[in-house]
Amino acid sequence: MSSARSVAARAPGLDPGRSVVEQLRERVAAMERRPALQPVPTLPGIAGLVPMHAGSTYAVDSASLALALAAGASQAGEWVGFAGCTDFGAEAAAELGIELSRTVLVPDPGEHWLEVTAALVDVLRVVVLRPPASVDERTAGILDSRLRTRSAVLVVHGAWPRADARLSVEESRWSGPASGTGQLLQRRARVVVRRGARPPARADLTWPEVCATEVREVRRASG
Amino acid sequence: MVVWCPDWSVVAALEEAGRSSRSPAAVLAANVVEVCNGPARTEGVRRGQRRRDAQARCPELLLLPANPDRDARAFEPVLATVEDLRPGVAALRPGLLAVRAPGSWYGTEADAAATVSQALVEGEVWDVRIGIADDLFTAEQAARTAEVQQWVVVPEGGSAVFLRGLPVHALADDGPRGRELVGLLQRLGLRTLGDLADLPAEAVEQRLGAHGAAVHRRARGADRDLFAARTPPPELDADVSFEPALDSVEAITFSVRTTAERFVTQLAHHQLVATGVRVEAESEGVVCSSRTWLHPRHFGARDLVDRVHWQLQSAGSTSGAGGSLRGRKDTGRVRAPIDRVRFVPEVVEPAAAHGEALWGSASDDLVERGVARVQGMVGFDAVQRPVLQGGRSPAARQALVPWGERAVDLRPVDRPWPGRVPGPAPVRVFAVPPVAEVVDDAGREVRVTERGVVTGEPRRFRVGDAGDGQGLPWQPVTAWAGPWPVDEGWWSGGTGPTARFQVVGADGRAWLLVRAPGGWTLEAGYD
Repeated sequence: MSSARSVAARAPGLDPGRSVVEQLRERVAAMERRPALQPVPTLPGIAGLVPMHAGSTYAVDSASLALALAAGASQAGEWVGFAGCTDFGAEAAAELGIELSRTVLVPDPGEHWLEVTAALVDVLRVVVLRPPASVDERTAGILDSRLRTRSAVLVVHGAWPRADARLSVEESRWSGPASGTGQLLQRRARVVVRRGARPPARADLTWPEVCATEVREVRRASG
Repeated sequence: MVVWCPDWSVVAALEEAGRSSRSPAAVLAANVVEVCNGPARTEGVRRGQRRRDAQARCPELLLLPANPDRDARAFEPVLATVEDLRPGVAALRPGLLAVRAPGSWYGTEADAAATVSQALVEGEVWDVRIGIADDLFTAEQAARTAEVQQWVVVPEGGSAVFLRGLPVHALADDGPRGRELVGLLQRLGLRTLGDLADLPAEAVEQRLGAHGAAVHRRARGADRDLFAARTPPPELDADVSFEPALDSVEAITFSVRTTAERFVTQLAHHQLVATGVRVEAESEGVVCSSRTWLHPRHFGARDLVDRVHWQLQSAGSTSGAGGSLRGRKDTGRVRAPIDRVRFVPEVVEPAAAHGEALWGSASDDLVERGVARVQGMVGFDAVQRPVLQGGRSPAARQALVPWGERAVDLRPVDRPWPGRVPGPAPVRVFAVPPVAEVVDDAGREVRVTERGVVTGEPRRFRVGDAGDGQGLPWQPVTAWAGPWPVDEGWWSGGTGPTARFQVVGADGRAWLLVRAPGGWTLEAGYD
């Protein structure tokens, strides 16, 4: 039993409440599938909204959403990367649960953005890309085919011709400040997920603790 | 043989500060003079004086901070010089070293002392005094009685006679315990070491304890304490010469591969790993490129080869770091043909501290390799690693460290940093804050007075050119909080008093706007 416990301690992401052997068997089964079908760890608040799978591309329109999508994998011990994000907020990322020691940042890949992203996709689990102004279908296709052979997820912050799901913030409210008093406390945003021809799904998410709540009492942060 | 360089702390500090050794100077610790040099002593500066007293005696006195590491570092060349003449050197403390007297090799002992003295003076250590005696204590005392660049040889068996005449003050160099003992001996009416030596050993031990007994033995010249000589540190540098000299980065990186492997295995042989390495490239015998690289873990052969590549590439590209990405990629030529590359370990640590986890870290290795490939594409410092640090503005609270480098000079996070903006951290932090405008009801620009009073309520705002080229048009402020005033760096001409505002726009997105004397800027966004 002690060896089993040490296994659980060594391998991040194992649930100590369940049988270790069973969980490892699940993992092995997941690895034997095509890489494109492996689930990628996602924050609990987002998992219900959009379960992430390796080999997929997700388009978002807000930096908070991009960070939230990357946070789950990073928390589970995976490496994440950000390409083209010149305005990366390290503290906000750490607050969301991104482990900065396993984060690779290429703030300004310039004209090499495609090669850089492809190289990052090879070795990282989640790559967040802020693409240049216009990306044509063919360029996106190159990355897409690379993604399918690797077990990575591409999160695009900006316009992208093809995406498995598009997440956008429809409505956002901040609680805390009034006119000159208080401070920013919590953000509640209505997020819309559009995937293919399916009807759009909506959910309320809150920041900085990402969770899907309908009504939640706002606690005043001390200090 | 004991070699004494008096006032070594001052000598080392003056050398580091690049000042003349003739100017009066003193090294202070806790505002008290610890060591002062000859010119300062003639002005009346003494050890143990307070800073103000010392300055009153000698207004032009140069005050230097105490730094034992610096003293030891500066003493290392002296040790090496003596070691060249006679191995088995023991550094007793910075400024004082002991070595077995090289007897008949140099003729007499006086000749040996002359040789050592000459070698040190050639190494620009002017104040050298040498004492030779049977035991360590007597040799040190002999060195202290010697003149500058002179030596005193106590004949064999003559220690007791030599020590007899010395005052008991000679024991005061033995730290606070020694000073206490000197006071006690003086109160007992013992003026010279001879007086002490004449007392019976049992009586001294009963009255003064074990320390006193040891001092008594020393005073009789009967102390046979020997010193532990140091083993010369192993030579860990590795270098490779090219004949003929190479002028292409690719050829050089290919040729240093085996040397890098030798360097790493050589360290591994001593159970060491290097975490900091200086890479030097020589052209026609002159070091033309030298840079210290730090590794977050430790250097492997492949890492070293990469560092050589980056270093020579950046030295070779004419436009330097500001060059375009493409230009940087294409520069394959170095400025001058390189005929030698040397690896010097700057920081080595025991390999046990860097062992691989039992279950391996294969995926991390994979990432390292993949990222190194990206670095090859866009340049070494275009790939970064975010780290947190302390500060008041969001931009100051984070730092981007080039991948493969260690973060240095970070401000501590665990300080309170009064004046920083509370609440969740902004998701977007602009490296170059775009200019913004904030106006009140009447369309006047909102200002913050010197006392931190806001002149009007912010009603509308606009951002000229938000980081990615798209500005924000005029929009109403639905809610705002602040100001959080800060006046940073006022002692060295900082930005002047600034105030930060959290502003929520009509679309529900929040922004962090800063009012500085020069105008409004958009510092960060809670997008």
